[in-house]
Amino acid sequence: MNNIINTFKKEFSSYFTSPMAYIFLVVFGLVNGYFFSNTFFLIGQSDLRSLFNIIPMVYLFFIPAITMGLIAKEKNLGTMEIICTLPIKEHEFVIGKYLAALALILIGLIFTIVHFFTLVSFGTNIDYGALFTGYLGLFFAGAVYAAIGTFSSSLFDNQVVAFIIGVFIVLMFFLFDKLLIFVPSFMAGTIQYMSVDYHMSNMSRGVIDTRNIIYFVSVVGIFLFATVQSLSSRKWK
Amino acid sequence: MIQVKGLIKNYNEVEAVKSIDFTINHGEVVGFLGANGAGKSTTLKILTGYLSPTAGEVLIEGLNIENHSHELKKIVGYLPESNPLYSEMYVYDLLKFIANTHNMNEDDFKESLDRVISQCGLSGVMHKTVQECSKGYKQRVGLACAMIHNPKILILDEPVTGLDPNQIIEIRQLIRNLGKEKLVLMSSHILQEIEATVDRIIIIDKGKIVADGTTKKLMNKFMGSIRLTAEVVGMTEAKLEKFKVNFKKIKVTKLKNSHKVTMQYNKNDDPRENIFNFVVKNKMTLLEMSTKTDNLEDIFRKLTH
Repeated sequence: MNNIINTFKKEFSSYFTSPMAYIFLVVFGLVNGYFFSNTFFLIGQSDLRSLFNIIPMVYLFFIPAITMGLIAKEKNLGTMEIICTLPIKEHEFVIGKYLAALALILIGLIFTIVHFFTLVSFGTNIDYGALFTGYLGLFFAGAVYAAIGTFSSSLFDNQVVAFIIGVFIVLMFFLFDKLLIFVPSFMAGTIQYMSVDYHMSNMSRGVIDTRNIIYFVSVVGIFLFATVQSLSSRKWK
Repeated sequence: MIQVKGLIKNYNEVEAVKSIDFTINHGEVVGFLGANGAGKSTTLKILTGYLSPTAGEVLIEGLNIENHSHELKKIVGYLPESNPLYSEMYVYDLLKFIANTHNMNEDDFKESLDRVISQCGLSGVMHKTVQECSKGYKQRVGLACAMIHNPKILILDEPVTGLDPNQIIEIRQLIRNLGKEKLVLMSSHILQEIEATVDRIIIIDKGKIVADGTTKKLMNKFMGSIRLTAEVVGMTEAKLEKFKVNFKKIKVTKLKNSHKVTMQYNKNDDPRENIFNFVVKNKMTLLEMSTKTDNLEDIFRKLTH
């Protein structure tokens, strides 16, 4: 646990010693703010649906961008050699790094709460439960995409390649339930279940289903496990 | 103690290390020498648990590095060849991060920090980021990272790279002092550095150990013949013929006003006194006589060429 916290602190502070965190937070806030405010006053509905629709799409590029350097940069600079000869277990290192990226995503989400206050100021009959579960869904989706990005970063020592592959895998998980018409009917259920958007849309309707939670936790677990395996494989190269 | 038994490491089809064996005890400072690609860094990476061997085993303090990697990493300090560091971190934060991975409490950290600042001369750069440090200071920071947890075993891959001559002397002295109580294994391309710092040398070539022993032992074992050069005035054709009869395998070169005589001999067959007497007896003048023996560099070239 000590090493997870130690790695988390180092990684999280490194986001703020480079322009990465500031760029992410400002651009994330501006893009979401623009798309939210653009439709909010036209639709005239007291919810944050437009925000919950736009953030997953912003995630597609932003999360691979903040995770691309997590491990690829360490490999590229050679600091991985230092880490691997310190008494840190691979899983502690991966979890510490992952949590740092997740914390940055969480801060980005917290910034969007300004739109919640806009809604409270202008809206009526607000469904606070649905807002809460919607945010929970966004957090879980961010958690899944961050795990995918971490995995992608562990495969390469080039951050750009890690970003491209990260976007590709994240896009696949985003698009699964949008491609159901191209899939044979017997596979449709499975493909739909693999989609992040499908589980998130359940939550944004105000439903907390354990199947959705199990899905998110499982996918995060699978990708982090794969990341640890990817790191361990260096020994046998 | 480090024991390496039948260590083999293959990178796909390439055999980087081909069954090497050696043992290093505490209190020894050992130099690991080898040309680029000889298998030196690969061996050090296996000793630190970064890579796994293809075959063979590495025992540190009697424990197999493969099965007890986590425990052994706590007693080994490692400075990699390229000295990779987190450039955006402050030197203090970097040392703190490394110390935290070793579960050091605040008091131990302060004590260790004072020790490495003094040993590595870091007092002027603690408030700087790594990228603001000069190359020499970066090397010292890397060394401090390897030593912050006061490890029993220090493995240093090219520790003096990038240091100026004064810094080299300081680090050399530091390594020698550390060697009194720790096991230090260092690699270097600078042969004079190895010669001046270590008690024992292991030379690796094409993945195999070709020499292992103290500098003196290696010099005695691998030193070839001694090269003698003499400059003589007054050498006539007749005297030259006589010279060649008395001293076999000499080579004579005519200079402007003298002759240069060169020859090689074994250390048990020293001809210098006879040459001097021959020159005097034949009424010639000896302007100069010098000898040259193999140094570590010659031996290294001989063994790794």
